[in-house]
Amino acid sequence: MSDGLKPVIEGFFTTGEKPALLGSRCVKCGTFYFPKLEGFCRNPDCDCSQFESVELSRTGTLWSFTNACYKPPEPYVAAEPFEPYAIAAVELDKEKMIVLGQVVSGVGVEQLKAGLPMELVVETIPDLAEPEGKLVWKWKPMTEGGAA
Amino acid sequence: MTQEIAIIGAGMHPWGKWGRKFVEYGVEAAREALADAGISWRDVQFVSGAATMRCGYPGYVAGATFAQALGWQGAEVNTSYAACASGSQALAAARAKILAGQADVALVIGADTTPKGFLAPAKGERPDDPDWVRFRVGITNPTYFALYARRRMEIYGDTQEDFARVKVKNAAHGFTNPKARYRKQFTMEDVAASAMVADPLRLMDVCATSDGGAALIVCSLDYARKIGKANAPRVAAISTVTPTFASAVVEMPDLATDSAVVADAQSFRAALPRKAYEEAGIGPEDVSVAEVYDLSTALELDWMEDLQLCARGDAAKLLRDGATRIGGRIPVNPSGGLACFGEAVPAQAIAQVCELTWQLRGQSGERQVEGAKVGITANQGLFGHGSSVILKR
Repeated sequence: MSDGLKPVIEGFFTTGEKPALLGSRCVKCGTFYFPKLEGFCRNPDCDCSQFESVELSRTGTLWSFTNACYKPPEPYVAAEPFEPYAIAAVELDKEKMIVLGQVVSGVGVEQLKAGLPMELVVETIPDLAEPEGKLVWKWKPMTEGGAA
Repeated sequence: MTQEIAIIGAGMHPWGKWGRKFVEYGVEAAREALADAGISWRDVQFVSGAATMRCGYPGYVAGATFAQALGWQGAEVNTSYAACASGSQALAAARAKILAGQADVALVIGADTTPKGFLAPAKGERPDDPDWVRFRVGITNPTYFALYARRRMEIYGDTQEDFARVKVKNAAHGFTNPKARYRKQFTMEDVAASAMVADPLRLMDVCATSDGGAALIVCSLDYARKIGKANAPRVAAISTVTPTFASAVVEMPDLATDSAVVADAQSFRAALPRKAYEEAGIGPEDVSVAEVYDLSTALELDWMEDLQLCARGDAAKLLRDGATRIGGRIPVNPSGGLACFGEAVPAQAIAQVCELTWQLRGQSGERQVEGAKVGITANQGLFGHGSSVILKR
């Protein structure tokens, strides 16, 4: 689905079969960062300034969720008419961090519950320059036995 | 040696959407505070202003701007900016000056004029700016408050009715407050009928931005004694601690929390009052009244637990039992809170202290908390700024 489509922001995630968020990991203390961090490690006990680029876990647990009932201001580009979308905060077990993102279209807050296993996917959102939209990461509830 | 200072004057310009210059609100608040203290403007030796970022250069140098508007009289000056905690930082600067013996009496002052409509990031394609990034992917300000609110529902069983109860309580508190912007006794039905903004929060669960101005006259205990105000409320603690890595809650404008793989996850909100209690040498059981930053209704419940007024998860029960109403065991936001004021950033933390000053003096009229002896404030803003101030008499 992602053929020829551009990401909404460069360098934030991979596309393809198994998309993943791109973060950095401090080579000394091992702390993860999303988005990527340049410069200095933010662990107060670490003086390192070298990071490796890493793909973050593609799955996690739903920490909390909400939705956007009103059209956000620019630079968000909304479809007309505006369709509310759900937003998820997902806890990544390995990285011990919570990452936000929209929930895939078609899934509303009434279908969500804290603790649900969630998977990272890529979908399009509208864009001013690209008629087909641009790619963005989204969270999708993992169905029973699905999402290998 | 005492670490306390006295509050001998408090003043506020009413909150609203007046559309006038922020300087006018500040001067009116300062004059009210001076009259309340019974001292002359020329007696003030130090002006500690809280900056506003939305009113051009005069706002960046707010301390001097107010000093000039009140009439240059040679006082020393300072301006603090710390987002929502700017007012507390200004108070802390005044306290430091007084406790160092470099000034006897100081004016602490903040005011703001807010633009109409929603705040949006600056234009252009700016992927290096986290604020631009989160708006580009559809994460707005209410998102964060709604995530915290929904988390309460999921783990503690709070309901949307509980959040509405906070609004109804604060509306009832602020109804008779002449400084409040919204003075209407809202019902549960009113809240339920307001539009959903970010599930589970409705329009009436989230606070607006306002114009307003607040001022305090603070002084050394010696000075207070000398002018016959030995019993004035005292500032017993000002906590302005920053978060501790790894910060556990996702904060505006970030898309992710710190990673807690090598350091334990920490709560910033809980750290603020912890330091204040330690500094004041008292505990949550001593508190008679609290003014907390209810940017959303649900956030008031989080603050109650962060202030240790109850165990984690018990705030809604306290609310339902009426404990946080005026007349209850531990009234929260007797002023009406941000629900009735809307937020005037550099003035808000000072306004919280104004309310506690009046409460501790027993001058709050219909919203008086009987026998209030110890009051605590709490607020939190962007980029690791927050504050908690304890007043006692």
